[in-house]
Amino acid sequence: MSWWQKAASETQVTHRQRVWLYILATIIMFLLVIPTVIVIPMSFSESQYLEFPPREWSLRWYHEYLNTPRWVNATITSFKVATLTMLVATPFGTMAAYGLFVSGGRMSKMLFFTLMTPMIVPVILIAIGTFYVFGRIGLVNSIFGLVMAHTVLSVPIVMIIVTSALRTYDLNQERVAQSLGSTRIRAFFEITLPQLKFSIVTAALLAFLTSFDEVIISIFLSGGGNSTLTKQMFSALRDYIDPTIAAISTLMILLSTGLMLSLQILGGRGAR
Amino acid sequence: MTSNASASLTISVTELTKKYGRVFALNAVSIDVRAGEFLTLLGPSGSGKTTLLMAIAGFNRPDSGRICFADEDITVLPPHKRGVGMVFQNYALFPHMSVFENVAFPLKLRKISAEEKHHRVMEALKTVQLSGYAERGIDQLSGGQRQRVALARAFVFGPKILLMDEPLSALDKKLREEMQIELKQLHRQLGVTTVYVTHDQREALTMSDRIAVINEGELAQIGTPREIYNRPANQFVASFIGESSFIPLHRNDSGQLVHESVAVLPVPNEETGKEWSLVIRPERLLLEKPKAKRTNGKIFFDGVITELVYQGETAIVMIELGNGKIVTSRANTRAGDDVDSLELGQKVSVSIDKNDAIVIPGGTK
Repeated sequence: MSWWQKAASETQVTHRQRVWLYILATIIMFLLVIPTVIVIPMSFSESQYLEFPPREWSLRWYHEYLNTPRWVNATITSFKVATLTMLVATPFGTMAAYGLFVSGGRMSKMLFFTLMTPMIVPVILIAIGTFYVFGRIGLVNSIFGLVMAHTVLSVPIVMIIVTSALRTYDLNQERVAQSLGSTRIRAFFEITLPQLKFSIVTAALLAFLTSFDEVIISIFLSGGGNSTLTKQMFSALRDYIDPTIAAISTLMILLSTGLMLSLQILGGRGAR
Repeated sequence: MTSNASASLTISVTELTKKYGRVFALNAVSIDVRAGEFLTLLGPSGSGKTTLLMAIAGFNRPDSGRICFADEDITVLPPHKRGVGMVFQNYALFPHMSVFENVAFPLKLRKISAEEKHHRVMEALKTVQLSGYAERGIDQLSGGQRQRVALARAFVFGPKILLMDEPLSALDKKLREEMQIELKQLHRQLGVTTVYVTHDQREALTMSDRIAVINEGELAQIGTPREIYNRPANQFVASFIGESSFIPLHRNDSGQLVHESVAVLPVPNEETGKEWSLVIRPERLLLEKPKAKRTNGKIFFDGVITELVYQGETAIVMIELGNGKIVTSRANTRAGDDVDSLELGQKVSVSIDKNDAIVIPGGTK
């Protein structure tokens, strides 16, 4: 009996009956991954233009990226903004999630959804709004302004992750700690926080990536010396297309997947 | 850790009221817990017993009323200053700490020296029979062992009051019954005032010095297990603790309680109500042999068997009386008691000793 005649699961459905499912799944995977992966070979091209498949291979566009001050500055700006966003959004989001979760009730549900709106509203609206307001108070083109706007986008993500961790957490632990003589704040730091650690680290990394990958707000709010990498890429695409973009994209993919992978590994250990 | 009455405090709860919205979770409840006593708060879910315990622990603030430990008013004192040991239903152990660290937690907060800490943790673990488990992780323990760690953690710092919120309800029946006895022994050994919440009447009867029955936010009755079982104050207590059948009685002009125009008992107290109920515990309602002599010390009823349930050591016999009321008798299954020969539809007589008869004011629903 060949493998495709064997049962694929407890349900007695054979692999043969499932062939269509495997094909469909492969096509979907393909469509999801190809646009991302296709830039990788393109980035190693010798050609002046984006081409696939490349006729000759070289690292010239990586050299180009690393030796152009415009790109290097933009990269530094992006890292700065993303790091600061992470440092602001993570504690704020965690505090909001904890506070709203513990107090419960209708009021905190409403507040929760209010804080979630940046996830629902089209980002372009937030971008236009912040551009307008920040223009008046002189925050356009500043790192501080960008960090503020990106924090607005990242806080909901932190809140969702921390809230879902709190759902499986037994708050009686904090009560016990209090009855044993610990102040409430100390109970939070010694009992609750260590158990939320993994979720908070996850949330922090996602906050970082949210800012690092963000384009629309950056287009509106960053410029000149404070352009982010994504904004610079967008301008480059508009003005002249060369494979530097592909090289940068490849590096960004590497960073994102690297972070996600380390999370998975951390998670595996956290679960044990 | 020696038994010692001065190692415990009295708790007095005075007119405690707590409302959630328009619902009274507690309505002017007053209870005095004696030093060193094991008091159980018993009631159905939603009766307010946990609300009361949490108020004593400091986790909710009553709308009015007072709670005192000895002479000190602690109604609004934050929980970490009350110095009570607490055990929760789901143990609430700290999973990121070892057994030792869990039990040492309250000592660490009290800045006790490492040597002393080690000594006391080991002593506490020995008391709960977990001596070899100090370095284990929480996830390596069984339910019963977790419960013991939670207990050790609650008394290791020598609290003068222990509060427990259904600590055994997550365990299976057999283990629960073992732990009930162990908890009782531990209480005797520590001599600490203990307030224990449960909805399990048998658990309450097994463990308590006194039981406070709580229903709909009010104290229905407080007394020793014997008092609660033998002299329930009202229909709720009579039906919540143990099984009961109720038979309506009327008071006649000469102060006798009458069932079907037969005077059965005198009115037990000063109450003037016309409507009374006779409470019958099934194990005290005996099947009579046919043509048995009707003595004066007993109350007799005649009826027809409507249900027979064999349960091993006893059998339940449900008997419909002439007026449609159904009473339940729990009969021994010894050979001499002839339970095996009973049949559905058979006419029988049952009796209850007047000393076993319980009379409560109010009609029968």
